[in-house]
Amino acid sequence: MNLHTLIDSLISDTLQKSLPLFGPELVLCATIVVLLLARVLPLLDRIPPVVIAFVGAVAALIAAVPQEGLASFGGIQSQEIFTGMLVYDGLTAYFKLFLMAFAVLFVILSHLTGIADRDDGQDYFSLVFGATIGMCIMVSSNHLLTMFLGVEMASVPSYVLAGIVKGRRRSSEAALKYAVYGAGAAGVMLYGTSLLAGLLGSAHFPTMVGRLVEFDLPTRIADRELTVMVLALAGLMVGVGLAFKLSAVPFHFWCPDVFEGASAEVGGFLSVASKAAALALLVRVAIGMTYEHPTSDKLGSPPRDVAAIQQSHPELPVQFVAQQRSTDDESTSDPAAEEGPLDPVRSFVVTLIGIVSIVTCTFGNLAAYGQRNIKRMLAYSTIAHAGFMMMPVAAAVALVGMGKTAAASEAIAALMLYATIYLFMNLGAFAIIAFMRNSMQSEEIKDYSGLIGRSPLIAVAFTVILFSLVGLPPLAGFWPKLRVLQALFEANSPLLMFVMVAAAANTALSLVYYLRVAKTMCIDREADGTRPVALGFLQTAFVLAMALPVVLYGLDPERIARWTQQAASGLFQ
Amino acid sequence: MNLSDPIVYLSLMVFLPALGALALAFFPRGNEEAIRYTTLAVTILTFMLSLGLFFDARGVEFKSGVAEMQDMFSAPWIPSFGIQFLMGLDGISFPLVVLTTFLSILAFIASWSITKHIKAFCILYLLLETGMIGVFMALDFFLFYVLWEVMLLPMYFLIGVWGGPRKEYAAIKFFLYTLVGSVLMLIAILMLYFNSDLTLLNDEQLARAGVFKVEARAQETVAEREARVKAAAQEWRDSEDALAMRFKEITAETDPAKKRQLHTFNILALQHIGQHEDSPFNREAWLGKSIQWWAFVLLFIGFAIKVPSVPLHTWLPDAHVEAPTPISMILAGVLLKMGGYGILRICYPICPAAGYDLAYIVCLVGVVSMVWGAFAALAQNDFKRMVAYSSVSHMGYVVLGLGVWSLGMWSATTPGSFTYNADYWKMGVNGAMFQMIAHGISSAGMFFCVGVLYDRVHHRNLNEFGGIMARMPVYSGFAIVIFFAGLGLPGLCGFIGEVFVVLSVWKYSQLLAVISAAVVILTAAYILWAIQRVYLGAEYKGPHGEALTPMLPREFAIAVPLTVFAIILGVYPQALLNYMQPSVDQQVQQLADWTERFDASREALKKSLGEEEEQVALAVPASLPTTPAALKTSIESSARPAQ
Repeated sequence: MNLHTLIDSLISDTLQKSLPLFGPELVLCATIVVLLLARVLPLLDRIPPVVIAFVGAVAALIAAVPQEGLASFGGIQSQEIFTGMLVYDGLTAYFKLFLMAFAVLFVILSHLTGIADRDDGQDYFSLVFGATIGMCIMVSSNHLLTMFLGVEMASVPSYVLAGIVKGRRRSSEAALKYAVYGAGAAGVMLYGTSLLAGLLGSAHFPTMVGRLVEFDLPTRIADRELTVMVLALAGLMVGVGLAFKLSAVPFHFWCPDVFEGASAEVGGFLSVASKAAALALLVRVAIGMTYEHPTSDKLGSPPRDVAAIQQSHPELPVQFVAQQRSTDDESTSDPAAEEGPLDPVRSFVVTLIGIVSIVTCTFGNLAAYGQRNIKRMLAYSTIAHAGFMMMPVAAAVALVGMGKTAAASEAIAALMLYATIYLFMNLGAFAIIAFMRNSMQSEEIKDYSGLIGRSPLIAVAFTVILFSLVGLPPLAGFWPKLRVLQALFEANSPLLMFVMVAAAANTALSLVYYLRVAKTMCIDREADGTRPVALGFLQTAFVLAMALPVVLYGLDPERIARWTQQAASGLFQ
Repeated sequence: MNLSDPIVYLSLMVFLPALGALALAFFPRGNEEAIRYTTLAVTILTFMLSLGLFFDARGVEFKSGVAEMQDMFSAPWIPSFGIQFLMGLDGISFPLVVLTTFLSILAFIASWSITKHIKAFCILYLLLETGMIGVFMALDFFLFYVLWEVMLLPMYFLIGVWGGPRKEYAAIKFFLYTLVGSVLMLIAILMLYFNSDLTLLNDEQLARAGVFKVEARAQETVAEREARVKAAAQEWRDSEDALAMRFKEITAETDPAKKRQLHTFNILALQHIGQHEDSPFNREAWLGKSIQWWAFVLLFIGFAIKVPSVPLHTWLPDAHVEAPTPISMILAGVLLKMGGYGILRICYPICPAAGYDLAYIVCLVGVVSMVWGAFAALAQNDFKRMVAYSSVSHMGYVVLGLGVWSLGMWSATTPGSFTYNADYWKMGVNGAMFQMIAHGISSAGMFFCVGVLYDRVHHRNLNEFGGIMARMPVYSGFAIVIFFAGLGLPGLCGFIGEVFVVLSVWKYSQLLAVISAAVVILTAAYILWAIQRVYLGAEYKGPHGEALTPMLPREFAIAVPLTVFAIILGVYPQALLNYMQPSVDQQVQQLADWTERFDASREALKKSLGEEEEQVALAVPASLPTTPAALKTSIESSARPAQ
C-alpha cells in the first residue's frame, strides 16, 4: 500500500463515512466561526449574538436527530469513524442529541437571564459551543487521544466560563481554582494515558482490550510482575482525570467553590452537560477496557466460551459461586485456569468505581447539610448525584463479567435515563436560582423564605424539582434511581450489594437538606426587607418548561425509558 | 370511556380527587368559599362513587360474600420496567376504601375552621386522598409503592404549614421515618422482583392474579371453571400481548439449564409464587436466612413504622399533636391502617415461611405496642397526645391479630395427633381487620372531639379541663360515646375487634393473651380518667371559659355519622363482616394449607435426617410443641377455650 492509496482511503473514510456522522459538531463549529466573525463584519454585528447562537444550536439539534427519527436508536450500527478515533453508536447518538438539546435550552436560558448581553454574547456562546464540541468528542471517544482531547476541549472553555462575569472577585477566584485543578488533573491523566498506551502498545480502545487479553493478566498477577502494578497505576491516573470531570471524591474540591463563584447559568452548564459527558466517557473507558466484542478476531476463545455459557443461563446460582471463586483466586494468587483474562481488569474497575461512587454520594449528601448558599448546596448535591450516576457503570462492568450483557446494557440505560431526567431537574433549579438572583440579588437560602407568598408558581416548581432530586415518586427523579438500584441488585456481588444499600440509605439522607430549602420557601415566614420577586412571562414559562417534564415523566417515563434502552442496546452487540 | 368498565370506574375513584386538585390550581385567589365547596363536592362525589359499588349503580359492583378479587383490571403503565396499572378490590381493601372516602368528607368538614392558604390546603388534601385510595386498590407492587409515596409530600406540608408550634419538627420527623420505611420497602420489592418467576404459576393462579381475564360466574362446577380458565389462558398465550409473548418464549424453553425467569411486580402473582412449594423466595440470601426472611423483615419494619409499632412509633405523637384536627383525623383514621393493610396484603401472603418463623416476634411487637401505648397514654397531660398514644395501643391489637399463627388443634382424644384448623387464626385476622375499621372511626372521632375543644379554649391540658358536660351537653354526649367506642365497650365498635383478637391469641400463646386482655383494663383506665378530667367535674376553670359555646351544625354533621357508625358496627358487626370475612378467610385458609404442606415437608426432612433430629427440632418455632410434656399442656390449652 503506497502513500497515495493510503491518503485516498483516508479521504474517502473522512468525507463519506465520518463527516456525515459528525454533523452536529460541524454545525457548532460553523456557528462559532460566524459568532467570531460577527465582531468583524458590520453587517453581521447587527444581528444579536443570541439569535446566531440559537439558530446554530437548533440546527445542531436537528443534525443530531438520528436519520430514521427519534425511535431508531436501537437500529444504529456501531461504527468507527475517523479511522477509529471516534465511535458512532446508539450511545453516541443519544448523548449528542442530549447535548444539543441542552445547548438549545441553555441558549434560551442565557438570553432570559441576560448573562449573554450584546457585548459579551459572542465570547460567551463561542465558549459554550466549544465546550459542547469537546463533550461530543468525549461521548464518542474510542481512543486515548480523543479521550484526552475531548476532556481538554470541554474543560478549557469551562475555566473561562466560570470567570465570565467580569469584575467579580469570587468569579475570578473560581475560574483560577478550576483552571489550576483542571491543569493538575489533566497532567496526571496524560501521564496515565501514556503509561497505558506504552504498556499495551496501542491507544485504540478495542485494540487495547485485545492486548489486555493477550497480556494474560492472571498469570502475571500470579507471578507478581511489576508491570501489573504499573498498569493499575496507569488506570488510577486515568481515573483521576475522569474523577475530576465527574467531581468525584477525592477530586471534588473545585466543585463547590466554582459553583459558588461562577454564575448560576454556568453552574447549570457544568452540572448537567459536563457531568453527562464525563459519565458517557466513563462508560466508554470502563466498558471499552472490560468488554471484548465477540465479533473481533482476537484470540480469547476461552473467555468467550465462558461468557456464552454464562449468558445462556444467567440465573444459575452456580455462577455466583464461580464468580466468588475467581476473586478468591486472585487474593490467594493461585493461578486458576478458569479465570478469564479480563476478570482482574473488571474487578479492578468495579471495585474502584464502586467505592468511589459510595464515598462520593455519601460525602456529597453529608456536606450539603451545612450549606447556606443555594448554589453551594446544589454543588454538593451534584457531587452526590454524580456518585449515584457512577454506580450503574460499576454494575454494568460487573454484569459484563458475568456474561449478562442484556442486563449490563440496562444498567447503562439507567445511567442515560438518569442524565436525561437530571437535565430537567438541575437546569430548572439553576434557572430558578439565576432568575431569583436577578430579581432579589441574593443566592442565600434564607432569602428564599416565604417565597410561596411572593411567587407561588416558582416556589411550587422549585419544590417539585427539589423533591424530584430526592427521588420521591411519582416525580421523574425516582425512576432513574430505581433503575440504578435494580442494576446494582442484578449484579449481585457483595460489594455492589453494599453499594445498593448505601445508595438507598443516601436517598433518605439527602431528603433533609432538600427539604430544608422547600421548608424555607413554603413554610417559613417572609423575612422583613426582602425584595419583591418579579419574573417575566418568558422566565416563568422557562421554569415551567423545566418543571412540567419532571412531573409528566414521573407519571409516564415509558418513552424516554424505551429510547435509552434502545440506545444502550447497541453497546454489547 | 364508559363508567361500567372497572378500569374507568375505579380509576376515576382514585384520580377524581387529583383531578379536582388540578382544577383548583386554576381557581383565582380570594375565592375561598368556592374553593372549599368545590373540594367538599369532590370528596362527596368520590364517596358516592365508592357507595355506588354497593349497589351496582353503573355495572361495576362489589358483591358481598365473594372472596376473590373483584373489578380487577390491568393496563400497561411502564412496560419497559414491567410495571402495570393493576387495581382491584376485595374484602380486605374495599372496607378500607369506603372508610377513606367517608373520613375524607368528615375531615374536610372539620377543616372548615382553617383560614390560612385555603387553596393550597385543598389541593394538598385532595392529592392526599388520591394517594390513600390508590394504595388500597393497587395490586401492582410498584404502583402500590408509588402511591404510598404520593401521600408523603402532601402530608408533610399539611402538617408543616397548618400545624401547631412545633410543626416543622413534627413534619420532618414524620417524613424521615416514613421515607426510611419506604426505602426499606423498596429494597424488599427489588429482592422479591428479581427472584420472582411468573412461569411457576398454573393457569388458575395466573387467572386469579389478573394476568388474563376470566369472568367470575356464580353457578359453576369446578370442571367448567377449569375449562374456561384453560381456554382463556390459551387465548392469552396466543395473543400479541408483550407479556404473553415473553411468557411463551420462556416456557417454550425445555432445557432447564437455559431456562430464564419472568419477573413480575404483580402482588397477587407474588403471593402465589411465595406460597408455591418450590418458591424461589426460599433461596438463601445472607447470613443463612432466605430471601423471603429478609424481605419480610424489611417490609415489616416499613409497615410497622406506619402502623406504628413500638419502638418505631415516636413520630406519631409528635405528628398528631402538631397536625391540625382534620389531618389528625386522616392520619389516625386512614394512614395508620396502611401499615396493617400492607402487613396483611403483602408481608404474610408473599413471605409465608418468614411469617411463620417470625410469628412470635410479630405478636410480641403487637403486645408491646399495646402495653407501651396504654401506659404512655396514662401518663399524658396533653389531651391530643393521650389520644395519639391510645392509637399506638389500639393498633397494637391489629398487629397482634395479624400475627397470630394459631393453627394448632391438638386432638383431645388421641394424644399426639394434630389437626390443622385455621378457625381461630381466621378469627384473629378478622378481628384485626375489624379493629382497623373500628379504630378508623373511633380514633378519628376522638381527635375530632379534642379538636372541637381546642378550637374553643386553645389549650389541650387535661388538668385544666373539667365540667365540659355542663357547658356543652350535646357535644359531651357524642364525645363520651366515641370515647367508649375507643375503650372497647360491648355494643360499640371497638369491642368486636379486640375480643376477636384476644380470643384468637389464646390459642397461640396464653401469656400474650393474658397480657393483651389485661391491656383492656389500662385502656379503660386512661379513657375513663380522661373523661372524668375533661367532661365531668363541677365547672370549667381553665382559660377561655367564655368560648365554650354549643356545637355548631358543621360539627354536628361530623359527630353524628361517626357516632352512628360506632354504634352500628358494635351492634351489628355482620354489616362489615359480610363484605370482609370471605376474603380474609380465604387468604388465611390458603396460608393454613401452605403451613400444612410446609410442616409435612419439614417432617419428612426431619425423618430423613435421622440423628440430626434434635437440632432440627430446636429450630422449630416455639409455638409448635416438640416434647411430650409441652404437647400435653398444649392439648389442655387447646381444649380450654372450647369449653
